[in-house]
Order: sequence, then C-alpha cells, then structure tokens
Amino acid sequence: MAKDRKKIEFKGIEELPPMAMSLKSMAANETGSWRNIRPVINYDKCINCMICWKFCPDAAVDIINEEPVINLTFCKGCAICAEECPTDAIDMVKEGR
Amino acid sequence: MTKKKMTLTLPVEENMSPGHLACQGCGAGIAMRVTLKALGKNAVLTFPACCWTIIDGPFPYSSVEVPLLHTAFETTAAAAAGIKAAMNVLGNKDTIVAGWAGDGGTFDIGLQALSGAAERNDDVFYFCYDNEAYMNTGIQRSGATPYGAWTTTTPVNHFKKESKKSIDDIVSAHKVPYHATASVAYPEDLLKKILKAKEIRGFKFIHILAPCPPGWKSKPEHTVKLARLAVQTGIFPLYEVEAGVYKQTIKTPKRKPVIEYLKLQGRFRHLTSDDVKTIQEMVDERYAELEERFNKGKQ
Amino acid sequence: MKKVIMGNHALSYGATLARVQVIAAYPITPQTQVVELLSEIVADKKLDAEFIKVESEHSAMAACIGASTAGARTFTATSSQGLALMHELLHWAAGARLPIVMANINRALAPPWSIWTDQNDSLSQRDTGWMQFYCQSNQEVIDTLIQAYKVSEQVLMPSMIILDAFSLSHTYEIVDIPDKDLVDEFLPPFNFKYKLDVNEPRAFSGLTTPDWYMEFRVKMHEAQRSAIDIIKKEGKLFGKMFGREYSTVDPYMTDDAEIIMITSGTAASTARYTVDLLRKKGIKVGNLRMRVLRPFPFDDVRNYLSKAQKVVIIDRNISFGYHGIWSQEVKSALYGYSDVPVFSFIAGLGGRDIFPSTIEGIINKVVKLDKPEKDLYWVEVRK
Repeated sequence: MAKDRKKIEFKGIEELPPMAMSLKSMAANETGSWRNIRPVINYDKCINCMICWKFCPDAAVDIINEEPVINLTFCKGCAICAEECPTDAIDMVKEGR
Repeated sequence: MTKKKMTLTLPVEENMSPGHLACQGCGAGIAMRVTLKALGKNAVLTFPACCWTIIDGPFPYSSVEVPLLHTAFETTAAAAAGIKAAMNVLGNKDTIVAGWAGDGGTFDIGLQALSGAAERNDDVFYFCYDNEAYMNTGIQRSGATPYGAWTTTTPVNHFKKESKKSIDDIVSAHKVPYHATASVAYPEDLLKKILKAKEIRGFKFIHILAPCPPGWKSKPEHTVKLARLAVQTGIFPLYEVEAGVYKQTIKTPKRKPVIEYLKLQGRFRHLTSDDVKTIQEMVDERYAELEERFNKGKQ
Repeated sequence: MKKVIMGNHALSYGATLARVQVIAAYPITPQTQVVELLSEIVADKKLDAEFIKVESEHSAMAACIGASTAGARTFTATSSQGLALMHELLHWAAGARLPIVMANINRALAPPWSIWTDQNDSLSQRDTGWMQFYCQSNQEVIDTLIQAYKVSEQVLMPSMIILDAFSLSHTYEIVDIPDKDLVDEFLPPFNFKYKLDVNEPRAFSGLTTPDWYMEFRVKMHEAQRSAIDIIKKEGKLFGKMFGREYSTVDPYMTDDAEIIMITSGTAASTARYTVDLLRKKGIKVGNLRMRVLRPFPFDDVRNYLSKAQKVVIIDRNISFGYHGIWSQEVKSALYGYSDVPVFSFIAGLGGRDIFPSTIEGIINKVVKLDKPEKDLYWVEVRK
C-alpha cells in the first residue's frame, strides 16, 4: 500500500468492506495543487545537509543521488525548507503567471 | 561551496506518505513524520478526534503506513490499553502500541483515560502533539492554550487569562517510568527519546510542541523557527523524566526574551508590554522550578 | 455439572467458557460479582485473559473496542448509569462492526437513585446497533452468553446479554454449567479477518463522506437482519449439543390462547406461572416471552399473535411521552398484519415487584374490555 498512487473507485456496495477501513495510500492525493509559491533549490549553494528533507511536514523532499529534490507533485509551498536552509540555497518562486 | 557528504540525522525510511491533508507548514505533520521514523513499522497507532483524524485522509485512504484505529475523543489511552492487552493475549509482545492525541484530547476530554492508563502503568506510548487549542474544530481554547493567547473562544477582549495546564506535572504525579517533552524543531532529540523509551516497559508519555500556522496566526515557514524559539526562550523546555529523575536534554543557558517568540504570532498581537512582562515572569518562575528538578537530577 | 449460582456468576462462568481474552470492566451495583469472580478466575490462571481495571465504563467500552479491533474476544459488564455512560461507544462498537459481547444488568436509571430492576437502561440503547437478548433464568444467561459470541462473530455486530437486577443477578438458581470441551466444539476461536495487523496496515473508522456512509449503515442493518436466522440456527444447535434449545421468542400456551401476554425477563417467568393459575379459572391466556429485541423478530411476533383476540403487553420500562417500549415494537410489527387490540401496561418500574396477583389483576381488567380505552395503563400505582 505504501506510496501506491492509485485512486480507488467502488462500483457498488458489494465492493465495500464491512466497515470503514483504508485500502489505499493518501499518496493518491496530489497536494502540489495547493501551493502558490514553490521552492527552487540552487544546487551551487546546497551543501547536502538535508535539513530541508528533515523538516518537511509532507515528506515532499526526495533524496536522489544523495541530493535533496523537491517533489512538486506533493509540495504545498509552506517554505519551511527555504526558511531553515542554512546556506539560503532555496528560493520561493511564485507559481503561475 | 564544498559539497559535504550527505548525513542523515533521522532514519531515511518514510512511514507516512505525502498527500495527507495537513495545512501548509503544519507542526503536527513534522511531529508524526519523525515519530513514525522512530517507531518503525512494528507499531500500531490510535487517534481520537483531532487534526490527525482528518490529516490522515478519508476512507478509503490513509497516510500513515502502520495500522491505525480511529476512536472517540475521550478514549485514546483506554483504546491503546485495550489494543495492548489484546496483543499480549494473542502472544504478540513486540508490537508497539501508541496513542496519538492532540492537546484537547489529552489535557481536557482525554484526561481521565490518560490518568487511568498512567496509574495502571499500561505498557503503551502516549504522544500528545500540542498545538495549544482545539484546532481541528476551528481554534477554540483548550486547557493547553497559554496565557495571553487569542482563540475564537478567548477573543482579544477576553484573551486567555488562565495558565497552560501543566500536563507534564500531572503525568509525573502518576510516577510513570518515562515521560518527556519534545519540539518539532529538535527532531533528533525527539527521535532519541522515543528510541530510549522503546526499551522501557510501562506507560511512556511524550509531549510534543507542534506549532499551527492558522491557529497561531503565524507564517507557515516559521513553524520550525517558533518551535525552536519556544525552547530557546524557556517557554517549552525540553527534558526527559526517567523514574522521576529530571534531565534537561536541550540546554538553554542564556534564554532569549519571550517577546522574540510572541512577536511572530498573531494570536499574541494584542498583548501590551505589561502583558508580555507578566508572561516573562511566569516563564521565569516555571523555568526556575524545572531548573531545581534538573539540578536535583544531576546529583 | 450442576451448581447453585447467582446470575452474575453465571456470566463469569459463561465468559470463562467462551474463552474471552480481554476483559475491561468498571464496578457498579449490581454487576460487581461478575467482575469479582472473573478477576479471581483470571488471577488463578483458569482463564488466559487480560483484565484491564479501567477507570470508567466509557473507558471500559473504549478498551474493548481497542482489544476487539486487535483481534481478541472481549467482554465487559455494566448496568444503568454505566451503560448510559457507554452510550457514545455503543454506537462506536456497532459501527466498527466489532463482535463485542457485554452483559447488562437491568437497573433503573437515576435520578432518583435506584438499584432495583427496570428495563429503561438497555431499551434506551436499542438504536445503537447492538443485538439484545433478554434472559429469564441463570441457565439462560450462561447459555446465551456462549451463543452470543458465536452469533456476533458471524454477523460482526455486538451483543448485549440482559438480566434483571437482583431478581436474576443475585438470585441463586441451579445451573447446569456446560462442559468445557463441548463449548469449545460449539464456539470456535475468534479469528478476525479485519484486525490491526502490522503485516497489513489499515486505518479503521476514518472519515467517510456522504458518498459512502449510508452504504455502511445498510450493511449494519442487513447484518442484524441476517442474525435472526443465525440466532435460531445456533439456538437449535445448542439444543442438540447441550439439551436446551433457544429461539427469538419463547411461547407458552399460545396455540389456543384468546389473550396473549408479551413479557420479558423475570416478569415472563411470573407470567408463565400466572398463565397456569388463570387457565385453572377458565381464562384462555398464553404468554409470549420476548428473548430478542434486536434484531426484532417480526415474523415470530406476527405468527404467534395471529390468532389472539387480545394482546397484553407488560412493559417494565417507559418512553416518556409515549408508552412502553415493547409496546411500540410489537404494535409496529402488527401494523398491516393484524388489527388485534393491543393493551399496553406498565408495571414494576424501579424494581417494584410484579407478583402473580399483579398479572392476574391485569388480565382480569383486560377480560372486561373489548379494546383498550387508554394508550397506557399504569399498574398498581398509588393514586
């Protein structure tokens, strides 16, 4: 069930479990649409301290090749990463036009 | 800048999926993420009515990747006790059972069940993530709301004049084997406490300060900063109590003035300088009280 | 093995035979002996169970909910105020489809304080989704407790075993305690498919929108309706294995009765005794004892009452502003099926005795009337 992004559709009452219980992960819910600012990491300044990864309330910072990579599918734009980054390597950029 | 080699201070495995419904910058989100890393997969959680009831997601989805029982508001500690008893009888002594409740469900409506479980020394964890009001229902005051705070039921002209209920002292009075305070700004400290407590049998209580941007009227990006300032000003000292012995785990030799913390939150905006002075005095008094216990612990 | 035991101890022995695994209970008169004996049984290791000495009835049901969701067979017992305090969680246990079995000693609700029997406490909970079994003897208590687990675990709805305060809870009767091995044959271990399991993590009872909440309620209702047949099937099987058969109702001399009484609990025993007395006097009266309130046995009630000329319901409870609750239930079952006159009597509230003379008085009154002149007749109340 972990990180499975499939949504679930019940066709009828027979497909329901007897009681309300979870069958899939909330990873099906793409919260990236919530934000109006998004973090952009300047990798020249980034020192791989992973503080941005550590503090993200949404686990929306992935670690790829030992570097932090913002997961824009889920990032809500709270800017905690930008605020906490010790080298000011993260800028918050306005979404949209 | 020289690229340092990546070192993680928390376990890398995520036991919570993104896509949950926490607000931007939610302190409770950080608290849960760190706690689940510390507990691991062999754990069962139970939530009362609280923000996480909603954050975890509606049927048929869930964000936490451990078994979870949603239960009624008053019942966290009792439900946890029941789960643990069942697991014992069924021959499973390893799975950790943890209640995870907000401040309302711990300080107020859940206090009886908490007291019962603490007195019986039930072998469960009880985590209280404290955002200092009934946030899930729209920011009403709770027993955890600090002196001076605005909430919808303590509006500016009648801001809360009662002090924050001292839940840690209440739990301490039950002589539980382990209880501690924690803050989302110090995740390594929280992790260390949970890992230590995992080895202890009996009732374990961990009180985590979790700032709430909509409730505290603070900027989402300041959540960690506020959780840090709360510790650095001595408003929320971080310590652990093992078998009654107090030990401060994050030292704050030169405490910052409380105004540094208060000025970043709209819920304190109405305070006069006299009010701030009152708060400073209250914090100083309580910190001195705790310092005595820390010193006694060092002997 | 026959023993002379009180109703409360019949519950303790029943729970032991049913191999309950988690007990969470809080003391209240007149239930205390149930949990006291169970404490001893658990302490003596005669039952492999954990007994959580909770700090209130609300926590007792919460602990049962936790334990049941974790896959253990659970038991608790309470009465009146305690049951009322559990109310929120009675809804919870049923909605969560947990096969918890609980004993309730029918005791009058305060204020004013009373410790004596009446049925308002359990009948107030009839809409919570719990199945309800009303017992008339200590033998039935121990037998029903065992059957209830089997029924509950098949339909995944909780059950309440109900007995009168003092008249049954504290009255010593001869009880044939079922054989342990035979009970094991009748009642297999609890094997819950949907439990808290780290190998298959699930979140139970999460927020459910109007899109799906109603379908869960449909399932709960259908589960209860399906229990009627299962109660009868297991009651028959119990009869085959243990020599005592049970069903949803317990008729006595109803076949040729002109007047049929509807009673429950120990009042039904008295009613049966009075039927014999009245028959000697030439009055063709019969008694239909209601054993199961929920799921309501519509068909049985309609069948047994079809040939009666008058139906007399003796309620030991009241829904203020209306009349007795069994009256409401039976009248609604008869609507559209029979226009037999139904007389609603209320007797015995707060533990006031229901004597054979009380019931004779009721029947003598009914004999003189073609149809009820009042919605509700109070029995033996002071003017």
